[in-house]
Amino acid sequence: MEEDVRLMKGNEAIAHAAIRYGVDGYFGYPITPQSEILETLEAEMPWETTGMVVLQAESEVAAINMVYGGASTGKAVMTSSSSPGISLKQEGISYLAATELPALIVNVMRGGPGLGTIHPSQSDYFQAVKGGGHGDYRLIVLAPSSVQEMADFVALGFDLAFKYRTPSMILADGIVGQMMEKVVLPPARPRRTAEQIAEQCPWAATGRRGGRKPNVLTSLELDSAVMEKNNERFQRTYSEIERNEVRYQEYFTDDADYLMVAFGSIARICLKSIEMARAQGIKIGLLRPITLWPFPSAEIARLSRKVKGMLVVELNAGQMIEDVKLAAAGTDVPIYHFGRMGGIVPNPDEVLAAFMKHFGNESQK
Amino acid sequence: MTRQDIIKPENLVYEKPRLLNENHMHYCPGCSHGVVHRIIAELIEEMGLEEKAIGVAPVGCAVFAYKYIDIDWIEAAHGRAPAIATAAKRLNPENLVFTYQGDGDLAAIGTCETIHAANRGENIAIIFINNGIYGMTGGQMAPTTLEGMKTSTTPYGRRVDLNGYPLRITDIAAQLDGTCYVTRQAVHTPAAVRKAKAAIRQAFKNSMEGRGTSFVEIVSTCSSGWKMTPEAANKWMEEHMFEKYPLGELKNTVK
Repeated sequence: MEEDVRLMKGNEAIAHAAIRYGVDGYFGYPITPQSEILETLEAEMPWETTGMVVLQAESEVAAINMVYGGASTGKAVMTSSSSPGISLKQEGISYLAATELPALIVNVMRGGPGLGTIHPSQSDYFQAVKGGGHGDYRLIVLAPSSVQEMADFVALGFDLAFKYRTPSMILADGIVGQMMEKVVLPPARPRRTAEQIAEQCPWAATGRRGGRKPNVLTSLELDSAVMEKNNERFQRTYSEIERNEVRYQEYFTDDADYLMVAFGSIARICLKSIEMARAQGIKIGLLRPITLWPFPSAEIARLSRKVKGMLVVELNAGQMIEDVKLAAAGTDVPIYHFGRMGGIVPNPDEVLAAFMKHFGNESQK
Repeated sequence: MTRQDIIKPENLVYEKPRLLNENHMHYCPGCSHGVVHRIIAELIEEMGLEEKAIGVAPVGCAVFAYKYIDIDWIEAAHGRAPAIATAAKRLNPENLVFTYQGDGDLAAIGTCETIHAANRGENIAIIFINNGIYGMTGGQMAPTTLEGMKTSTTPYGRRVDLNGYPLRITDIAAQLDGTCYVTRQAVHTPAAVRKAKAAIRQAFKNSMEGRGTSFVEIVSTCSSGWKMTPEAANKWMEEHMFEKYPLGELKNTVK
């Protein structure tokens, strides 16, 4: 089949990828900088073609609960929002995790805290990878750095969510959401049939077809011993995800004396700085985590024993650096952070200057 | 006459609905929930909807509704049942989808979801148990608590200058273009039970036929929360609750 190559925004790519993946339902509420996802879906009218339900909810709270309702019936359902809206969804996300429901949540991050700014940021890293809502749970967190990955991670997010019966999140930043790039759209596939859903999701609330036992989707358990067992089951799932699903990309790490660690759009700016440094003979490599949870701790630990120093670059005040330091624990490699916040995106010169501030003297020896 | 003779089919006029299981209900003596549960179990059986029914349970006393009626259930976060039911029904239009909610769940924390689901005309049935109090958490004021009524958070009685007025959310639901059927019933007498059952039957039928949102309020007692005997609670309900929440049909566009 001929490739379907388009030029579009990351947000639009998510909408098109969702239709092509065979998503059953999208439930959203407008918020900058991700409203193009809902707008594109409404304009595409997929209910006329694939039968996909698209609904503008009355709030982010309602939207995530619609996702909970749809996921409870075994359907592939998703929502998207941006930082303040994702805060509102946290209760529902906790319920999804606790009820072991697959779903996809997209966060196109803007600057915070509070109403903050509509401009790009990566300051929801903690919220996404450490929990966000109440209770002991994890989200599979995917960090796209291109419009292509915005499109590709829809399928990946759903596949992982259904494989492990747990919600996954695309944690994008406003840059990846808003910028236009070339994207190869995934081939379209049909939505699952009722029979396929019954086979894949025997736990789903679909009505007691064939007189089977009732399916009850609930996170409530008043017997503490049973609740502890439930929590232990969740943790076993999370351990399995940590074993199987770590994803990252490395650039120039083979001969690197120094390492930058960055995710999302800022990783591409780091790559440019690294090219500039290499032109001066300074060998820096880059590790770009693709899954922020599970975090590529083992690979960072390995590299931390090879390099002389590390710079973690983020569009926030220093969040992922905590996980990098945990991964490098036991080594005495110096680890520094460089970050700008709330819409101020550094150029490659600034990133390189930050690197030279910490490592300039020794790296030029 | 032996027990075997008595329970011969020709002698049976009343029996436990098959979908109401053997689990011991946690409801207090005199509580209306048990009766409404029974009505729902009977109707799903009578209407042949056992393989189609998806119930959405609330947070409140009826949080465990899923333990007693043998159908598929989704347990909602507090107040969010209408949003959950919205998606369940839109994605499964051939199913019966209903919510079962108390006054705190539906008319306080879930007001937004309730109003908007009803205003969109989602093809769901909303069963609203209004007993004017938070039962499960120990008898606090509800949005529907009557003026002067004592609760654990209005120990000297509800004062409108402090707590506002009792909310007649069913009257609001009747104003919305998306609702097709809005009614207020009770289950304190056999005659009332028959009327309430007819109302819920209509609501379920509307959901299956895609007529819009059906909203059935059941004015109910909470003998524990009201600190009354079941008998006194029924009398108090008739004398006080029905004045603020009069029984009868508020809207029916399906006739």
